[in-house]
Amino acid sequence: MYHIVVCIKAVPDPKQADQIRIDPVSKTLKRSEVPLVLNPLDKHAMEAALHFKETSEAFVTAISMGPPEAGNIVKECLALGADQGILLSDRTFAGSDTYATALTLARGIEKIGRYDLILCGMASSDGGTEWVGPQIAAFLGIPVVTMVEELTETGPEIWKVKASIENGYRLMQVKLPAIFTVTRTLNSPRVLSFSGIIKARKKQILCWSASDLGAAEDTVGLLGSPTVVSTMTTRSSRRQVEIINGTSEEKAEILVQKLADAGLV
Amino acid sequence: MLIPADDRLMKVFRKRKDQKMTREGACNPIWVFAEQAEGQIQDVSLQLVGKARELARALNTTVEVILLGCGMKDQVQFLFAAGADRIYLGDAPVLKWYEPEIYTQMIVSLAEEKKPEIMLIGSTCTGRELAPMVAARLKTGLTAHCIDLLINETRILEQWIPAYGGLISIICPKNRPQMATVARGVFPRPTMDENRHGDVVMLDIPTNIPGRIQTLQVVRREPETVPLESAAIVVAGGVGAGNEEGWRQIAALARALHAALGCTRPVVDEGWAGHETMIGQSGKMVSPELYIGIGLSGELQHLIGVVSAKVMVAVNKDARSPVFEQVDYGIVEDCRTFVPLLIEKINVYRSRQAGA
Repeated sequence: MYHIVVCIKAVPDPKQADQIRIDPVSKTLKRSEVPLVLNPLDKHAMEAALHFKETSEAFVTAISMGPPEAGNIVKECLALGADQGILLSDRTFAGSDTYATALTLARGIEKIGRYDLILCGMASSDGGTEWVGPQIAAFLGIPVVTMVEELTETGPEIWKVKASIENGYRLMQVKLPAIFTVTRTLNSPRVLSFSGIIKARKKQILCWSASDLGAAEDTVGLLGSPTVVSTMTTRSSRRQVEIINGTSEEKAEILVQKLADAGLV
Repeated sequence: MLIPADDRLMKVFRKRKDQKMTREGACNPIWVFAEQAEGQIQDVSLQLVGKARELARALNTTVEVILLGCGMKDQVQFLFAAGADRIYLGDAPVLKWYEPEIYTQMIVSLAEEKKPEIMLIGSTCTGRELAPMVAARLKTGLTAHCIDLLINETRILEQWIPAYGGLISIICPKNRPQMATVARGVFPRPTMDENRHGDVVMLDIPTNIPGRIQTLQVVRREPETVPLESAAIVVAGGVGAGNEEGWRQIAALARALHAALGCTRPVVDEGWAGHETMIGQSGKMVSPELYIGIGLSGELQHLIGVVSAKVMVAVNKDARSPVFEQVDYGIVEDCRTFVPLLIEKINVYRSRQAGA
């Protein structure tokens, strides 16, 4: 039986995330109450795990490092069909860069025990670095393929997957256990069902802190992060706008004329 | 001059290069990982060598490049011309394509031995997989999608990225090397000096590779449309398009103008366009003559991808949209009604020109 671990992240709702701004006067972050949702690309990772479970025997664990509120997205994944959920949460995890995040998740995954496949979205909608998947792989000493767009051959132990590259793909042969970070092209995520939500009530969410992971204070959070934010500033506009007026027809005509005059049409 | 990877000679180099000196003295070299695809060195790598040259001047050090591939010996001249002082060359059939375990092992081993001060890697699909693995193995920090790099007064590399409507600088104060990825087009192609030369150090291929992952095939398709990075005209659409039908209208406008079509991240989230057409910090960087932003709000994460443009135009139905502070011409219209109108006027203009 496969054990598939899906790494998920709670992110500020991308549709409202532009409310979080740097204040131009104080040059600090003006936080606003944007709700946390499941990272969009992680839905595709969950879908890949659940789809695989439909045709092969598999146990799916959803794991996340986040504040207590991130428990909601773990619950959501249980409702989608994951078998168990794990939340890695601790005050000392705050301020983690990707190195500390990946190391913490790797420790959590090692604590789970045996795993065959780890899936994550290729990037989060807030940080968007694309680093955590490959860095977990480096810490666990297993292979990784990023930007997976197709699972071409699925095992049992040797998988073949297509990874997106500029204007094409590379076909990779991988021996499990391994990590795949996935793109939107891979699949269409299923939506929550009422029966899934009911079944989720019986499923377990484990909550692990830094000490549960045996993590020394200087290896997590801000203290465990090699990078740190140094300065924040705002960018001033460099152009003076001319608003084109008139009826819609006139505006279109004026614009075409301006572009033509500049030799652009 | 080819120098064998030989212990005795390496000790001499180590003594000269690896000593970390005081604030005013020299420091260890700046590295660039040069990416090749099908035997061609990628533009982003030359751009990064140029930038590394500038950073090296500020730190009083040299620029070294790692190049892995097969049959690349005649390409090294481009890297010297761009500003490299030394090239570490891995040349073997097994390196023809990016092989994750081998490439990572070779870079990590060399970096552990040579201890570079800074390492820059192009933010390509390969780079975005290789860089984080290398950084994790070297236990160091890595910043993604930088839009600027500079050495500050404490001789630390400031890595600038757009975030939260502004710009933030990230630093890696203690761990080394300080690593950053940068997309093609952020920095200009350097002036090539054909008279520059340097030394080439051949790298051994490691034998202790686990062998759990292999590249079986690399397939490239002909790009269907004008590539964004080199397009003279770029039409970028945002979620103001409303739906797939609205998006198709914007695509039709791009065709009418013979423009490349780009988009914002929310459009990719909606599924109307692919990640490879996204313009912005974690997508493509463009430098067109004309940029037209349709139904987008002018988020810094997106507009930072417009490195330069002669003329910028925006169409947005909200007169107070921040995009209007960042362009030359603004049109306050709902793009769903305005774009078809604009296409019509373009066709009318063209047929008039043809008739005349």
